[in-house]
Amino acid sequence: MSRPDASPPDPKPFDAPWQAQAFALVVALHERGVFTWAEWAEALGAAVNRADAAPDGHDYYEHWLAALEALLGRKGVALPAQVEELADAWQRAAHATPHGSPIMLANDPLATS
Amino acid sequence: MSGQGHDHHDHHHHDNHLDPMDARVRALETILTRKGLVDPAAIDAIVETYETKVGPRNGAAVVAKAWADPAYADWLKRDATAAIAELGFTGRQGEHMQAVFNTPDTHNLVVCTLCSCYPWSVLGLPPVWYKSPPYRSRAVIDPHGVLAEFGLVLDPQTKVRVWDSTAELRYLVIPIRPAGSEGWNEERLAGLVTRDSMIGTGLATAPEAA
Repeated sequence: MSRPDASPPDPKPFDAPWQAQAFALVVALHERGVFTWAEWAEALGAAVNRADAAPDGHDYYEHWLAALEALLGRKGVALPAQVEELADAWQRAAHATPHGSPIMLANDPLATS
Repeated sequence: MSGQGHDHHDHHHHDNHLDPMDARVRALETILTRKGLVDPAAIDAIVETYETKVGPRNGAAVVAKAWADPAYADWLKRDATAAIAELGFTGRQGEHMQAVFNTPDTHNLVVCTLCSCYPWSVLGLPPVWYKSPPYRSRAVIDPHGVLAEFGLVLDPQTKVRVWDSTAELRYLVIPIRPAGSEGWNEERLAGLVTRDSMIGTGLATAPEAA
């Protein structure tokens, strides 16, 4: 039986870049005073304790993001319709961007500004 | 790799597709940046910190110092927030730290039943299992059973004390110093301290195995 390495490299905390971005947005918004950490823990708790949360926790950052959207919606900082609309714009921009180029919102063919 | 939410059509030419989660995060970041509430460079810096600078090695240094220096251990017991800050590790959310010391009679186990509160400054971000619903619900109800699943079978006489973290208070388990590590310096001792031993789902590694 092989024993676990006593000092393995620190495990990678994120599975995808969007998870890291969603994580960092919460840290930055808290530091900016947009919400308290207790408010955040409550919002996250409500999201991760939904009955449909996966037992293995793989969807944790999906709940994290849903909690952030809900909290920012309640605070009037970012309304769900705005988020929806901009997410669609980002998708259109991605489709219009050649492979290998950075995706930028300005590439949205329907962009007005 | 999450394997979630990707479609596996062959995309030809210039057909970039964003994961729906990715698009939503970008949308949020766009709104927040336009409002002047976040700075994209600061976001990148936070990610880099948690990907490369903060991790269980910080906690291992705290434990090793507590093992090697009784005065430090005493300080850690009385005021963990200050004793840990002394080594340069401070929480970003203004949370307080409490160090809970394992003894031959009592084993300590940390959980967050509400969400996933965790001592980021000393352990980095939590492993997936710490955030999973079964661990969060069962650690309190059946701690011996949960520990057995981690391969940690304690003497049935050993009491398991479970600490439920909150947004304001996070816990660091100080495992028992393994026999055979007498005279070791802090650096060598830190090599015996695993992440799981500081959550309570493991023990420090025995010197002959390190």
